[in-house]
Amino acid sequence: MDKHYIESKGLHLNYSIILDMIEKGSNVLDLGCGSGTLLKMFKDKGIKARGIDIEQKNIVQCLQKGLSVFQGDIDEGLNDYPSQSYDYVVLNQTLQSTEKPDYVIKEMLRVGKKIVVSFPNFAYWRVRFYLLIKGKMPKSNILPFEWYNTPNIHLLTIKDFYEFAKNNNFRIEKKICSNKAKIKQGLFFSLFDNFFCEEVIFLCSSNN
Amino acid sequence: MIVETKYYTIEDNIELESGRSLGNIQVAYETYGKLNEKGDNAILLLHALTGDAHAAGYHKGDSRPGWWDDMVGIDKAFDTNKYFVICSNMLGGCKGTCGPNSINPQTGREYGLSFPVITIGDVVKVQKKLIDYLGVKKLTVAGGSMGGMQALQWALDYNELVNRVIVIASTHKLSAQSIAFNAVGRNAILQDPNFQGGNYYHSKKPDKGLAIARMVGHITYLCQEAMQNKFDRRFQDKDTPSFDFGIDFEVESYLAHQGKVFVDRFDANSYLYITKAVDYFDIAQKYGSLEAAFKDTQAKYLIISFSSDWLFPSSQSKELCRALMYNKKDVSYCEIESPCGHDAFLLEYQTQTKIIASFLRSE
Repeated sequence: MDKHYIESKGLHLNYSIILDMIEKGSNVLDLGCGSGTLLKMFKDKGIKARGIDIEQKNIVQCLQKGLSVFQGDIDEGLNDYPSQSYDYVVLNQTLQSTEKPDYVIKEMLRVGKKIVVSFPNFAYWRVRFYLLIKGKMPKSNILPFEWYNTPNIHLLTIKDFYEFAKNNNFRIEKKICSNKAKIKQGLFFSLFDNFFCEEVIFLCSSNN
Repeated sequence: MIVETKYYTIEDNIELESGRSLGNIQVAYETYGKLNEKGDNAILLLHALTGDAHAAGYHKGDSRPGWWDDMVGIDKAFDTNKYFVICSNMLGGCKGTCGPNSINPQTGREYGLSFPVITIGDVVKVQKKLIDYLGVKKLTVAGGSMGGMQALQWALDYNELVNRVIVIASTHKLSAQSIAFNAVGRNAILQDPNFQGGNYYHSKKPDKGLAIARMVGHITYLCQEAMQNKFDRRFQDKDTPSFDFGIDFEVESYLAHQGKVFVDRFDANSYLYITKAVDYFDIAQKYGSLEAAFKDTQAKYLIISFSSDWLFPSSQSKELCRALMYNKKDVSYCEIESPCGHDAFLLEYQTQTKIIASFLRSE
């Protein structure tokens, strides 16, 4: 079993993977930080982290954890943040629910020297089969919503993201596929991953 | 909780920003809770434009508590079981601390307009004397509106003493629009025939001017939505217009009432001095830029704004956050959804309690 799975202690596997990607002492901005679980893990590791979230109840929970947090809408961009002011900008499981994913990524690349983006892969075989067999919008543990109330308005696949990176001129430095207890690292697009990977985490940087 | 106002007189002369100096300064203050042995559990509350030292609890025989009683006390946001909470009337005020209505020891008469023009920096300098006198070693500062300005000034002037800064519905500088409203208020006072160059303490007071100043102020403390909800176009105690220039609408009656009660509790000269200090406040001007101002600050910041506050808008709070973040300082920001305008900072205490209590509890 993978060490991340053991370390995650029932929490989302991504937390541990992302934590591993980022060096101690780095400066991190976590977009859509929620109640601050990942932020707290950053802080405990000696990473200087700040969160942004739109929900007031999340802000309160972050404050209770002693975290530095900013109430704001990431869809409005990161105007308050100077260019290249963070070592990493993290967008964990949120890209698919932003209104303007292209703009959000562009802003992340402006503010962060590197960016970490994770999302559920909509080309995962179970998702494909759900649609194929049941003929309904796919639901799963990580996509638990109905079509009419889902915040996931911009679902995408691993292949989509590679295309997007190419068209928008940014570099994918690392790709980590996670699938329950299994983790697979790579750099290049593979049809195999696009089919078998449930969630993906990308580490990217600007080409400029 | 029965409380009483105490007084402390500063022995030394205080050098003011204007170059003048002021001696024999009495400070009115109240404290709630106990200072611990290390002297590091103190919170200084900083009042807004027309506030006073009486932040919480009841004075003996009073039916109304202090101005921030919703937030200060046992198990409240500023928990007096844990913290030593201090509030003092500001320099230039008229509620027990030295101001234009105090007796100038050199003349034996009220200062009036011979009182030196003061700045927020001067106000904080006087508060620092009190804090030292009380034996405080580490301090959290918290204030709304003009109180937030003082909190920022504290953080900049006494970096080594301040560990937490809570700035509510405030700004690092007033907009031209806000200065304009203050100017209208001051003009109303200055043009009142009873004003007499500020020497009205033994004759009729400039009540009409002060009341108009307060009416203008109250318009700025609400917002369009709040006024609409509160008054709409309803007539006061009648269903039809009177066809004269008396009070027709509820909103007129409200403003008239606010003006009337204000003149009984506030000094017109203090209003001039304090609004001027607020207008002058501009952090960036002194340091070159807002970013430069916060370069060395060590404190943790909590900035709160209210969605419908147009007097101290969220955009200004965000500017403040931006400067702190630019310096990689520890700052958190929260915009509370509220239909109450600038007044929200005194009304929306439940949400603020959650936010502030969480912030204070964190290390």
